Amino acid sequence: MQAVLGMTKRLGMFTRAKGAALPVLTVVAAIFLIWYVAAAMMNLQWERDQAERAGAEFVLTDALANTMAQERPVLPAPHQVAVELWNTTVEKKITSKRSLVYHGWITLSATLLGFLFGTILGMTLAIGIVYNRAMDMSVMPWVIASQTIPILAIAPMIIVVLNAVGISGLLPKAFISTYLAFFPIVVGMVKGLRSPDALQTDLMRTYNASANQSFWKMRLPASMPYLFASMKVAVAASLVGAIVGELPTGAVAGLGARLLAGSYYGQTIQIWSALIAAAILAASLVAIVGLAGRIVERRMGFAR
Amino acid sequence: MSVVSAQNLSLTFQTNDGPVHALKDVDLTIDKGEFVSFIGPSGCGKTTFLRVIADLEKPTDGTITVNGVSPEQARLNRAYGYVFQAAGLYPWRSIARNIALPLEIIGMPRRERKERIERVLELVDLKGFGGKFPWQLSGGMQQRASIARALAFDADLLLMDEPFGALDEIVRDHLNEQLLELWARTEKTICFVTHSIPEAVYLSTRIVVMSPRPGRVTDVIESTLPRERPLDIRESPEFLEIAHRVREGLRAGHGYE
Repeated sequence: MQAVLGMTKRLGMFTRAKGAALPVLTVVAAIFLIWYVAAAMMNLQWERDQAERAGAEFVLTDALANTMAQERPVLPAPHQVAVELWNTTVEKKITSKRSLVYHGWITLSATLLGFLFGTILGMTLAIGIVYNRAMDMSVMPWVIASQTIPILAIAPMIIVVLNAVGISGLLPKAFISTYLAFFPIVVGMVKGLRSPDALQTDLMRTYNASANQSFWKMRLPASMPYLFASMKVAVAASLVGAIVGELPTGAVAGLGARLLAGSYYGQTIQIWSALIAAAILAASLVAIVGLAGRIVERRMGFAR
Repeated sequence: MSVVSAQNLSLTFQTNDGPVHALKDVDLTIDKGEFVSFIGPSGCGKTTFLRVIADLEKPTDGTITVNGVSPEQARLNRAYGYVFQAAGLYPWRSIARNIALPLEIIGMPRRERKERIERVLELVDLKGFGGKFPWQLSGGMQQRASIARALAFDADLLLMDEPFGALDEIVRDHLNEQLLELWARTEKTICFVTHSIPEAVYLSTRIVVMSPRPGRVTDVIESTLPRERPLDIRESPEFLEIAHRVREGLRAGHGYE
Protein backbone atom coordinates (compact mmCIF):
# COMPACT_ATOMS: atom_id res chain seq x y z
CA MET A 1 0.00 0.00 0.00
CA GLN A 2 2.79 2.36 0.97
CA ALA A 3 4.55 1.58 -2.29
CA VAL A 4 1.44 2.26 -4.35
CA LEU A 5 0.84 5.53 -2.54
CA GLY A 6 4.46 6.53 -3.09
CA MET A 7 4.18 5.74 -6.77
CA THR A 8 0.98 7.69 -7.31
CA LYS A 9 2.53 10.60 -5.49
CA ARG A 10 5.62 10.52 -7.65
CA LEU A 11 3.47 10.35 -10.75
CA GLY A 12 1.79 13.53 -9.68
CA MET A 13 -1.70 12.06 -9.58
CA PHE A 14 -2.64 13.91 -6.45
CA THR A 15 -0.47 16.98 -6.68
CA ARG A 16 -2.93 18.63 -9.04
CA ALA A 17 -5.86 17.59 -6.82
CA LYS A 18 -4.63 19.75 -3.93
CA GLY A 19 -5.90 23.06 -5.24
CA ALA A 20 -9.03 21.40 -6.61
CA ALA A 21 -10.24 20.05 -3.25
CA LEU A 22 -12.73 22.84 -2.59
CA PRO A 23 -14.53 22.81 -5.96
CA VAL A 24 -14.63 19.00 -5.93
CA LEU A 25 -16.13 18.92 -2.42
CA THR A 26 -18.64 21.59 -3.40
CA VAL A 27 -19.87 19.53 -6.32
CA VAL A 28 -20.10 16.38 -4.18
CA ALA A 29 -22.05 18.27 -1.51
CA ALA A 30 -24.41 19.66 -4.16
CA ILE A 31 -25.04 16.18 -5.56
CA PHE A 32 -25.89 14.81 -2.08
CA LEU A 33 -28.16 17.76 -1.37
CA ILE A 34 -30.09 17.31 -4.61
CA TRP A 35 -30.28 13.57 -3.95
CA TYR A 36 -31.71 14.04 -0.44
CA VAL A 37 -34.25 16.66 -1.57
CA ALA A 38 -35.32 14.48 -4.49
CA ALA A 39 -35.61 11.43 -2.21
CA ALA A 40 -37.81 13.33 0.23
CA MET A 41 -40.07 14.67 -2.50
CA MET A 42 -40.42 11.41 -4.39
CA ASN A 43 -41.06 9.29 -1.33
CA LEU A 44 -43.49 11.69 0.29
CA GLN A 45 -46.51 10.52 -1.72
CA TRP A 46 -46.25 7.05 -0.23
CA GLU A 47 -46.21 8.48 3.29
CA ARG A 48 -49.31 10.53 2.44
CA ASP A 49 -51.09 7.41 1.12
CA GLN A 50 -50.12 5.47 4.21
CA ALA A 51 -51.51 8.17 6.53
CA GLU A 52 -54.73 8.33 4.53
CA ARG A 53 -55.18 4.55 4.57
CA ALA A 54 -54.62 4.41 8.34
CA GLY A 55 -56.96 7.35 8.83
CA ALA A 56 -54.22 9.06 10.79
CA GLU A 57 -53.36 12.71 10.70
CA PHE A 58 -50.66 13.62 8.16
CA VAL A 59 -47.81 15.38 9.94
CA LEU A 60 -45.32 16.74 7.43
CA THR A 61 -42.25 16.71 9.70
CA ASP A 62 -42.81 13.06 10.73
CA ALA A 63 -43.52 12.10 7.12
CA LEU A 64 -40.36 13.79 5.90
CA ALA A 65 -38.30 11.91 8.49
CA ASN A 66 -39.95 8.67 7.37
CA THR A 67 -39.06 9.28 3.71
CA MET A 68 -35.44 8.70 4.67
CA ALA A 69 -36.10 5.20 6.03
CA GLN A 70 -38.67 3.49 3.79
CA GLU A 71 -38.17 -0.15 2.99
CA ARG A 72 -38.95 0.23 -0.71
CA PRO A 73 -38.55 3.91 -1.48
CA VAL A 74 -39.01 5.29 -4.97
CA LEU A 75 -35.61 6.85 -4.52
CA PRO A 76 -33.54 5.62 -1.59
CA ALA A 77 -31.60 8.20 0.40
CA PRO A 78 -27.81 8.14 0.06
CA HIS A 79 -27.24 6.82 3.58
CA GLN A 80 -29.63 3.89 2.93
CA VAL A 81 -27.56 2.95 -0.13
CA ALA A 82 -24.36 3.36 1.88
CA VAL A 83 -25.65 1.06 4.64
CA GLU A 84 -26.79 -1.52 2.07
CA LEU A 85 -23.36 -1.34 0.38
CA TRP A 86 -21.63 -1.81 3.73
CA ASN A 87 -23.88 -4.74 4.69
CA THR A 88 -23.45 -6.54 1.37
CA THR A 89 -19.70 -6.12 1.14
CA VAL A 90 -17.97 -5.93 4.50
CA GLU A 91 -20.59 -7.70 6.60
CA LYS A 92 -21.22 -10.63 4.25
CA LYS A 93 -18.84 -13.48 3.50
CA ILE A 94 -17.65 -13.10 -0.08
CA THR A 95 -18.93 -16.58 -0.91
CA SER A 96 -22.46 -15.55 0.06
CA LYS A 97 -25.00 -15.11 -2.72
CA ARG A 98 -25.94 -11.80 -1.09
CA SER A 99 -22.40 -10.43 -1.14
CA LEU A 100 -21.81 -7.64 -3.65
CA VAL A 101 -18.14 -8.62 -3.73
CA TYR A 102 -19.18 -12.06 -5.01
CA HIS A 103 -21.46 -10.55 -7.66
CA GLY A 104 -18.92 -7.87 -8.49
CA TRP A 105 -16.27 -10.51 -9.13
CA ILE A 106 -18.57 -12.43 -11.50
CA THR A 107 -19.08 -9.25 -13.54
CA LEU A 108 -15.47 -8.18 -13.22
CA SER A 109 -14.13 -11.47 -14.60
CA ALA A 110 -16.33 -11.14 -17.71
CA THR A 111 -15.30 -7.47 -17.98
CA LEU A 112 -11.59 -8.21 -17.86
CA LEU A 113 -11.81 -11.10 -20.31
CA GLY A 114 -13.90 -8.99 -22.69
CA PHE A 115 -11.51 -6.07 -22.31
CA LEU A 116 -8.57 -8.34 -23.13
CA PHE A 117 -10.31 -9.72 -26.23
CA GLY A 118 -11.44 -6.23 -27.24
CA THR A 119 -7.93 -4.81 -26.94
CA ILE A 120 -6.44 -7.63 -29.00
CA LEU A 121 -9.21 -7.43 -31.61
CA GLY A 122 -9.04 -3.64 -31.74
CA MET A 123 -5.25 -3.57 -32.17
CA THR A 124 -5.36 -6.26 -34.84
CA LEU A 125 -8.05 -4.45 -36.82
CA ALA A 126 -6.21 -1.13 -36.47
CA ILE A 127 -2.99 -2.62 -37.82
CA GLY A 128 -4.92 -4.11 -40.74
CA ILE A 129 -6.66 -0.81 -41.45
CA VAL A 130 -3.42 1.17 -41.37
CA TYR A 131 -1.42 -1.23 -43.53
CA ASN A 132 -4.06 -2.45 -45.96
CA ARG A 133 -5.95 0.00 -48.12
CA ALA A 134 -8.66 -2.53 -48.92
CA MET A 135 -9.25 -3.05 -45.20
CA ASP A 136 -9.26 0.68 -44.60
CA MET A 137 -12.04 1.08 -47.16
CA SER A 138 -14.05 -2.01 -46.21
CA VAL A 139 -13.65 -2.65 -42.49
CA MET A 140 -13.87 0.84 -41.02
CA PRO A 141 -17.51 1.45 -42.10
CA TRP A 142 -18.52 -1.85 -40.49
CA VAL A 143 -16.67 -0.99 -37.30
CA ILE A 144 -18.62 2.25 -37.09
CA ALA A 145 -21.91 0.57 -38.09
CA SER A 146 -21.43 -2.02 -35.35
CA GLN A 147 -21.63 0.71 -32.73
CA THR A 148 -24.87 2.18 -34.07
CA ILE A 149 -26.77 -1.00 -33.16
CA PRO A 150 -28.12 -0.75 -29.61
CA ILE A 151 -26.21 -3.17 -27.43
CA LEU A 152 -29.46 -4.09 -25.67
CA ALA A 153 -30.80 -5.43 -28.99
CA ILE A 154 -27.78 -7.47 -29.93
CA ALA A 155 -26.83 -8.82 -26.50
CA PRO A 156 -29.69 -11.37 -26.23
CA MET A 157 -28.97 -12.61 -29.75
CA ILE A 158 -25.32 -13.16 -28.99
CA ILE A 159 -26.25 -15.11 -25.88
CA VAL A 160 -28.90 -17.22 -27.63
CA VAL A 161 -26.68 -17.97 -30.62
CA LEU A 162 -23.69 -18.91 -28.45
CA ASN A 163 -25.91 -21.02 -26.21
CA ALA A 164 -27.13 -22.89 -29.28
CA VAL A 165 -23.55 -23.87 -30.11
CA GLY A 166 -22.90 -24.87 -26.52
CA ILE A 167 -21.06 -21.81 -25.26
CA SER A 168 -22.46 -20.41 -22.04
CA GLY A 169 -21.38 -18.85 -18.77
CA LEU A 170 -18.51 -16.38 -18.80
CA LEU A 171 -17.73 -16.30 -22.53
CA PRO A 172 -20.96 -14.87 -23.97
CA LYS A 173 -20.82 -11.99 -21.49
CA ALA A 174 -17.15 -11.42 -22.32
CA PHE A 175 -18.02 -11.30 -26.02
CA ILE A 176 -20.60 -8.57 -25.41
CA SER A 177 -17.92 -6.64 -23.51
CA THR A 178 -15.58 -7.20 -26.44
CA TYR A 179 -18.22 -5.85 -28.80
CA LEU A 180 -18.25 -2.55 -26.92
CA ALA A 181 -14.55 -2.42 -26.03
CA PHE A 182 -12.92 -2.98 -29.40
CA PHE A 183 -14.37 0.17 -30.96
CA PRO A 184 -12.48 2.86 -29.02
CA ILE A 185 -9.33 0.74 -29.35
CA VAL A 186 -9.63 0.60 -33.15
CA VAL A 187 -10.27 4.33 -33.46
CA GLY A 188 -7.48 5.35 -31.06
CA MET A 189 -4.96 2.84 -32.37
CA VAL A 190 -5.52 3.81 -36.03
CA LYS A 191 -4.94 7.43 -35.09
CA GLY A 192 -1.87 6.47 -33.05
CA LEU A 193 -0.32 4.31 -35.77
CA ARG A 194 -0.80 7.17 -38.22
CA SER A 195 0.59 9.78 -35.82
CA PRO A 196 4.26 9.78 -36.99
CA ASP A 197 4.74 12.90 -39.13
CA ALA A 198 6.35 13.23 -42.57
CA LEU A 199 9.76 13.84 -41.03
CA GLN A 200 9.64 10.72 -38.87
CA THR A 201 8.54 8.53 -41.78
CA ASP A 202 11.06 10.13 -44.19
CA LEU A 203 13.77 9.29 -41.68
CA MET A 204 12.84 5.60 -41.83
CA ARG A 205 12.96 5.81 -45.62
CA THR A 206 16.48 7.27 -45.59
CA TYR A 207 17.54 4.29 -43.48
CA ASN A 208 15.96 1.96 -46.01
CA ALA A 209 13.97 0.42 -43.13
CA SER A 210 11.59 -2.45 -43.91
CA ALA A 211 7.86 -2.10 -43.23
CA ASN A 212 8.36 -4.41 -40.28
CA GLN A 213 11.08 -2.24 -38.78
CA SER A 214 9.03 0.91 -39.33
CA PHE A 215 6.17 -0.72 -37.46
CA TRP A 216 8.11 -1.90 -34.43
CA LYS A 217 10.48 1.04 -34.13
CA MET A 218 8.24 3.93 -35.16
CA ARG A 219 4.49 3.34 -35.52
CA LEU A 220 3.88 1.07 -32.53
CA PRO A 221 5.81 3.15 -29.97
CA ALA A 222 4.27 6.35 -31.34
CA SER A 223 0.78 4.89 -30.85
CA MET A 224 1.16 4.06 -27.14
CA PRO A 225 -0.30 7.29 -25.68
CA TYR A 226 -3.29 6.91 -28.03
CA LEU A 227 -3.70 3.24 -27.10
CA PHE A 228 -3.83 3.96 -23.37
CA ALA A 229 -6.31 6.80 -23.83
CA SER A 230 -8.62 4.42 -25.74
CA MET A 231 -8.09 1.63 -23.23
CA LYS A 232 -9.49 3.89 -20.52
CA VAL A 233 -12.70 4.30 -22.52
CA ALA A 234 -12.72 0.63 -23.49
CA VAL A 235 -12.47 -0.75 -19.95
CA ALA A 236 -15.47 1.30 -18.82
CA ALA A 237 -17.41 0.16 -21.89
CA SER A 238 -16.42 -3.43 -21.10
CA LEU A 239 -18.08 -3.21 -17.69
CA VAL A 240 -21.27 -1.86 -19.25
CA GLY A 241 -21.15 -4.75 -21.73
CA ALA A 242 -20.76 -7.36 -19.00
CA ILE A 243 -23.69 -5.95 -17.02
CA VAL A 244 -25.90 -5.75 -20.10
CA GLY A 245 -24.86 -9.33 -20.89
CA GLU A 246 -26.25 -10.45 -17.54
CA LEU A 247 -29.68 -8.91 -18.03
CA PRO A 248 -31.31 -10.95 -20.85
CA THR A 249 -30.24 -14.35 -19.52
CA GLY A 250 -31.93 -13.88 -16.20
CA ALA A 251 -28.52 -14.54 -14.76
CA VAL A 252 -28.43 -15.47 -11.09
CA ALA A 253 -25.06 -13.89 -10.37
CA GLY A 254 -23.32 -10.67 -11.26
CA LEU A 255 -24.08 -6.97 -10.78
CA GLY A 256 -26.55 -7.18 -13.70
CA ALA A 257 -28.37 -9.99 -11.96
CA ARG A 258 -28.59 -7.89 -8.80
CA LEU A 259 -30.11 -5.06 -10.82
CA LEU A 260 -32.60 -7.43 -12.42
CA ALA A 261 -33.57 -9.15 -9.18
CA GLY A 262 -33.90 -5.78 -7.50
CA SER A 263 -36.31 -4.54 -10.16
CA TYR A 264 -38.42 -7.77 -10.03
CA TYR A 265 -39.02 -7.37 -6.31
CA GLY A 266 -39.06 -3.58 -6.16
CA GLN A 267 -35.87 -3.59 -4.07
CA THR A 268 -34.79 -0.10 -5.01
CA ILE A 269 -32.08 0.04 -2.36
CA GLN A 270 -30.56 -3.11 -3.83
CA ILE A 271 -30.70 -1.64 -7.34
CA TRP A 272 -29.00 1.56 -6.26
CA SER A 273 -26.30 -0.19 -4.30
CA ALA A 274 -25.56 -2.40 -7.31
CA LEU A 275 -25.42 0.72 -9.50
CA ILE A 276 -23.05 2.48 -7.11
CA ALA A 277 -20.92 -0.66 -6.87
CA ALA A 278 -20.71 -0.77 -10.68
CA ALA A 279 -19.73 2.90 -10.77
CA ILE A 280 -17.00 2.39 -8.16
CA LEU A 281 -15.75 -0.65 -10.09
CA ALA A 282 -15.67 1.31 -13.38
CA ALA A 283 -13.86 4.24 -11.79
CA SER A 284 -11.25 1.91 -10.28
CA LEU A 285 -10.69 0.12 -13.59
CA VAL A 286 -10.26 3.42 -15.44
CA ALA A 287 -7.86 4.64 -12.75
CA ILE A 288 -5.81 1.44 -12.94
CA VAL A 289 -5.53 1.64 -16.75
CA GLY A 290 -4.67 5.33 -16.45
CA LEU A 291 -1.94 4.59 -13.92
CA ALA A 292 -0.54 1.79 -16.10
CA GLY A 293 -0.52 4.22 -19.03
CA ARG A 294 1.37 6.83 -17.05
CA ILE A 295 3.95 4.30 -15.92
CA VAL A 296 4.49 2.98 -19.45
CA GLU A 297 4.71 6.47 -20.96
CA ARG A 298 7.12 7.59 -18.26
CA ARG A 299 9.32 4.58 -18.87
CA MET A 300 9.26 5.29 -22.59
CA GLY A 301 10.30 8.89 -22.00
CA PHE A 302 7.04 10.52 -23.15
CA ALA A 303 6.10 12.06 -19.82
CA ARG A 304 7.97 15.01 -18.44
CA MET B 1 35.00 10.57 -58.81
CA SER B 2 31.85 12.65 -58.55
CA VAL B 3 29.57 11.89 -55.64
CA VAL B 4 26.50 13.58 -57.14
CA SER B 5 26.07 14.20 -60.84
CA ALA B 6 22.89 15.74 -62.31
CA GLN B 7 22.14 16.52 -65.96
CA ASN B 8 19.07 18.42 -67.15
CA LEU B 9 17.33 17.45 -63.93
CA SER B 10 13.72 18.62 -63.72
CA LEU B 11 10.95 17.99 -61.25
CA THR B 12 7.40 19.20 -61.74
CA PHE B 13 4.76 18.81 -59.02
CA GLN B 14 1.19 18.51 -60.28
CA THR B 15 -0.99 20.56 -57.96
CA ASN B 16 -4.59 21.74 -58.05
CA ASP B 17 -3.35 25.16 -59.19
CA GLY B 18 -1.51 23.61 -62.12
CA PRO B 19 2.06 22.34 -62.48
CA VAL B 20 4.79 23.74 -60.23
CA HIS B 21 8.30 23.60 -61.65
CA ALA B 22 10.31 22.89 -58.52
CA LEU B 23 13.47 22.13 -60.53
CA LYS B 24 14.22 22.94 -64.15
CA ASP B 25 17.26 21.75 -66.13
CA VAL B 26 19.66 21.57 -63.23
CA ASP B 27 23.21 20.55 -64.17
CA LEU B 28 25.52 20.03 -61.27
CA THR B 29 28.44 17.83 -60.28
CA ILE B 30 29.61 17.48 -56.70
CA ASP B 31 33.01 15.92 -56.07
CA LYS B 32 34.19 13.88 -53.16
CA GLY B 33 35.16 15.90 -50.10
CA GLU B 34 33.40 19.07 -51.20
CA PHE B 35 31.23 21.21 -48.96
CA VAL B 36 28.51 22.53 -51.24
CA SER B 37 25.88 25.00 -50.06
CA PHE B 38 22.59 25.61 -51.83
CA ILE B 39 21.22 29.07 -51.29
CA GLY B 40 18.18 30.87 -52.62
CA PRO B 41 14.79 32.21 -51.62
CA SER B 42 12.01 29.81 -50.64
CA GLY B 43 10.53 27.93 -53.56
CA CYS B 44 13.83 27.84 -55.47
CA GLY B 45 14.05 24.06 -55.23
CA LYS B 46 17.08 23.76 -52.96
CA THR B 47 15.36 21.40 -50.55
CA THR B 48 13.75 19.53 -53.44
CA PHE B 49 17.18 18.96 -55.00
CA LEU B 50 18.45 17.55 -51.71
CA ARG B 51 15.38 15.30 -51.48
CA VAL B 52 15.98 14.06 -55.04
CA ILE B 53 19.55 13.10 -54.10
CA ALA B 54 18.10 11.28 -51.08
CA ASP B 55 15.45 9.50 -53.20
CA LEU B 56 12.70 11.14 -51.16
CA GLU B 57 11.40 12.72 -54.41
CA LYS B 58 11.56 11.33 -57.95
CA PRO B 59 12.71 13.64 -60.77
CA THR B 60 10.32 13.93 -63.70
CA ASP B 61 13.08 14.49 -66.26
CA GLY B 62 16.85 14.31 -66.68
CA THR B 63 19.37 12.04 -65.03
CA ILE B 64 21.05 11.97 -61.66
CA THR B 65 23.53 9.58 -60.12
CA VAL B 66 24.68 9.32 -56.52
CA ASN B 67 27.99 7.51 -56.02
CA GLY B 68 27.67 6.44 -59.66
CA VAL B 69 24.31 4.69 -59.20
CA SER B 70 20.67 5.80 -59.15
CA PRO B 71 19.47 7.68 -56.03
CA GLU B 72 17.25 4.73 -55.17
CA GLN B 73 20.15 2.28 -55.32
CA ALA B 74 22.24 4.73 -53.30
CA ARG B 75 19.50 4.90 -50.66
CA LEU B 76 19.28 1.12 -50.57
CA ASN B 77 23.09 1.09 -50.12
CA ARG B 78 22.64 3.61 -47.29
CA ALA B 79 25.00 5.99 -49.02
CA TYR B 80 24.04 9.12 -47.11
CA GLY B 81 22.99 10.55 -43.77
CA TYR B 82 20.18 13.12 -43.80
CA VAL B 83 19.71 15.97 -41.34
CA PHE B 84 16.28 17.57 -41.49
CA GLN B 85 15.21 21.12 -40.72
CA ALA B 86 13.77 19.98 -37.39
CA ALA B 87 15.72 17.58 -35.20
CA GLY B 88 12.92 15.00 -35.50
CA LEU B 89 14.20 12.87 -32.65
CA TYR B 90 11.80 10.14 -31.59
CA PRO B 91 10.43 11.36 -28.24
CA TRP B 92 10.14 7.83 -26.81
CA ARG B 93 13.84 7.14 -27.29
CA SER B 94 16.76 8.53 -25.29
CA ILE B 95 19.46 10.40 -27.24
CA ALA B 96 21.67 7.32 -27.34
CA ARG B 97 18.79 5.15 -28.54
CA ASN B 98 17.84 7.72 -31.17
CA ILE B 99 21.36 7.47 -32.52
CA ALA B 100 21.14 3.68 -32.23
CA LEU B 101 18.00 3.63 -34.41
CA PRO B 102 19.74 3.57 -37.84
CA LEU B 103 22.29 1.14 -36.45
CA GLU B 104 19.57 -1.22 -35.23
CA ILE B 105 18.01 -1.06 -38.66
CA ILE B 106 21.21 -2.02 -40.45
CA GLY B 107 21.60 -4.81 -37.91
CA MET B 108 24.79 -3.74 -36.19
CA PRO B 109 25.67 -5.86 -33.13
CA ARG B 110 25.00 -4.28 -29.75
CA ARG B 111 28.60 -3.87 -28.65
CA GLU B 112 29.68 -2.20 -31.87
CA ARG B 113 26.61 0.03 -31.62
CA LYS B 114 27.65 1.22 -28.20
CA GLU B 115 31.13 2.16 -29.37
CA ARG B 116 29.74 3.99 -32.38
CA ILE B 117 27.24 5.96 -30.29
CA GLU B 118 29.99 7.07 -27.91
CA ARG B 119 32.12 8.17 -30.85
CA VAL B 120 29.47 10.24 -32.65
CA LEU B 121 28.27 11.79 -29.37
CA GLU B 122 31.83 12.97 -28.89
CA LEU B 123 31.98 14.28 -32.47
CA VAL B 124 29.01 16.59 -31.83
CA ASP B 125 30.15 17.49 -28.32
CA LEU B 126 27.29 15.73 -26.54
CA LYS B 127 29.32 13.32 -24.45
CA GLY B 128 27.41 12.25 -21.34
CA PHE B 129 23.99 13.20 -22.73
CA GLY B 130 23.18 9.77 -24.21
CA GLY B 131 20.79 8.88 -21.38
CA LYS B 132 18.71 12.06 -21.68
CA PHE B 133 15.41 12.23 -23.51
CA PRO B 134 14.96 14.77 -26.33
CA TRP B 135 12.71 17.07 -24.30
CA GLN B 136 15.45 17.42 -21.70
CA LEU B 137 17.78 19.04 -24.27
CA SER B 138 17.84 22.55 -25.74
CA GLY B 139 17.03 23.09 -29.42
CA GLY B 140 20.70 23.38 -30.36
CA MET B 141 21.58 20.18 -28.51
CA GLN B 142 18.68 18.35 -30.16
CA GLN B 143 19.91 19.44 -33.58
CA ARG B 144 23.42 18.26 -32.69
CA ALA B 145 21.95 14.93 -31.62
CA SER B 146 20.20 14.66 -34.98
CA ILE B 147 23.55 15.30 -36.71
CA ALA B 148 25.09 12.57 -34.59
CA ARG B 149 22.28 10.28 -35.71
CA ALA B 150 23.01 11.12 -39.37
CA LEU B 151 26.71 10.42 -38.79
CA ALA B 152 26.02 7.13 -37.03
CA PHE B 153 26.30 4.75 -39.93
CA ASP B 154 29.28 6.57 -41.31
CA ALA B 155 28.06 7.28 -44.85
CA ASP B 156 30.46 9.39 -46.93
CA LEU B 157 27.73 11.80 -47.96
CA LEU B 158 25.93 14.09 -45.53
CA LEU B 159 22.77 15.88 -46.70
CA MET B 160 21.72 18.77 -44.48
CA ASP B 161 18.48 20.69 -45.03
CA GLU B 162 18.67 24.02 -43.18
CA PRO B 163 19.73 22.20 -40.03
CA PHE B 164 20.42 25.41 -38.08
CA GLY B 165 17.56 27.47 -39.51
CA ALA B 166 15.53 27.48 -36.33
CA LEU B 167 18.42 28.32 -33.99
CA ASP B 168 19.58 31.68 -32.71
CA GLU B 169 22.66 33.43 -34.09
CA ILE B 170 25.01 32.54 -31.24
CA VAL B 171 24.20 28.85 -31.24
CA ARG B 172 24.34 28.85 -35.03
CA ASP B 173 27.88 30.34 -35.08
CA HIS B 174 29.03 27.74 -32.64
CA LEU B 175 27.49 24.88 -34.59
CA ASN B 176 28.90 26.20 -37.89
CA GLU B 177 32.37 26.14 -36.38
CA GLN B 178 31.81 22.62 -35.07
CA LEU B 179 30.47 21.46 -38.41
CA LEU B 180 33.58 22.67 -40.26
CA GLU B 181 35.76 20.91 -37.71
CA LEU B 182 33.73 17.74 -38.15
CA TRP B 183 33.97 18.00 -41.93
CA ALA B 184 37.75 18.41 -41.77
CA ARG B 185 38.08 15.45 -39.45
CA THR B 186 35.76 13.03 -41.27
CA GLU B 187 36.48 14.15 -44.89
CA LYS B 188 32.84 13.67 -45.80
CA THR B 189 31.06 15.25 -48.74
CA ILE B 190 28.45 17.66 -47.44
CA CYS B 191 25.44 19.15 -49.24
CA PHE B 192 24.05 21.97 -47.14
CA VAL B 193 20.83 23.90 -47.76
CA THR B 194 20.60 27.35 -46.21
CA HIS B 195 19.04 30.77 -46.70
CA SER B 196 21.79 32.60 -44.84
CA ILE B 197 24.50 34.18 -47.01
CA PRO B 198 27.17 34.38 -44.25
CA GLU B 199 26.52 30.77 -43.30
CA ALA B 200 26.89 29.61 -46.91
CA VAL B 201 30.08 31.57 -47.48
CA TYR B 202 31.62 30.58 -44.15
CA LEU B 203 31.05 26.87 -44.61
CA SER B 204 31.35 26.09 -48.29
CA THR B 205 33.97 25.23 -50.82
CA ARG B 206 31.32 25.91 -53.44
CA ILE B 207 28.08 27.89 -53.29
CA VAL B 208 25.19 27.06 -55.60
CA VAL B 209 22.88 30.05 -56.01
CA MET B 210 19.33 29.16 -57.04
CA SER B 211 16.23 31.10 -58.01
CA PRO B 212 12.54 30.23 -58.03
CA ARG B 213 9.74 29.81 -60.60
CA PRO B 214 11.10 27.64 -62.13
CA GLY B 215 13.68 26.41 -59.60
CA ARG B 216 17.05 26.61 -61.33
CA VAL B 217 20.76 27.19 -60.72
CA THR B 218 21.74 30.78 -61.55
CA ASP B 219 25.34 30.82 -60.35
CA VAL B 220 27.99 28.51 -58.93
CA ILE B 221 30.65 30.26 -56.89
CA GLU B 222 33.99 28.64 -56.02
CA SER B 223 35.22 29.77 -52.64
CA THR B 224 38.76 31.10 -52.46
CA LEU B 225 38.82 30.90 -48.68
CA PRO B 226 41.31 28.51 -47.10
CA ARG B 227 39.99 25.26 -45.58
CA GLU B 228 41.02 26.36 -42.13
CA ARG B 229 38.47 29.04 -41.18
CA PRO B 230 38.32 30.79 -37.83
CA LEU B 231 35.03 32.63 -37.15
CA ASP B 232 36.62 36.06 -37.66
CA ILE B 233 37.40 35.20 -41.27
CA ARG B 234 33.93 36.60 -41.81
CA GLU B 235 35.32 40.10 -41.49
CA SER B 236 38.06 39.58 -44.10
CA PRO B 237 37.77 41.36 -47.48
CA GLU B 238 37.90 38.00 -49.26
CA PHE B 239 34.86 36.76 -47.34
CA LEU B 240 32.91 39.95 -48.02
CA GLU B 241 33.83 39.72 -51.70
CA ILE B 242 32.34 36.21 -51.97
CA ALA B 243 29.29 37.24 -49.97
CA HIS B 244 28.84 40.14 -52.37
CA ARG B 245 28.94 37.77 -55.36
CA VAL B 246 26.35 35.53 -53.75
CA ARG B 247 24.09 38.52 -53.12
CA GLU B 248 24.53 39.64 -56.72
CA GLY B 249 23.68 36.14 -57.89
CA LEU B 250 20.51 36.11 -55.80
CA ARG B 251 19.52 39.52 -57.13
CA ALA B 252 20.16 38.43 -60.72
CA GLY B 253 17.74 35.57 -60.13
CA HIS B 254 15.06 38.12 -59.20
CA GLY B 255 14.63 36.12 -56.06
CA TYR B 256 13.70 38.96 -53.75
CA GLU B 257 11.56 41.08 -56.01
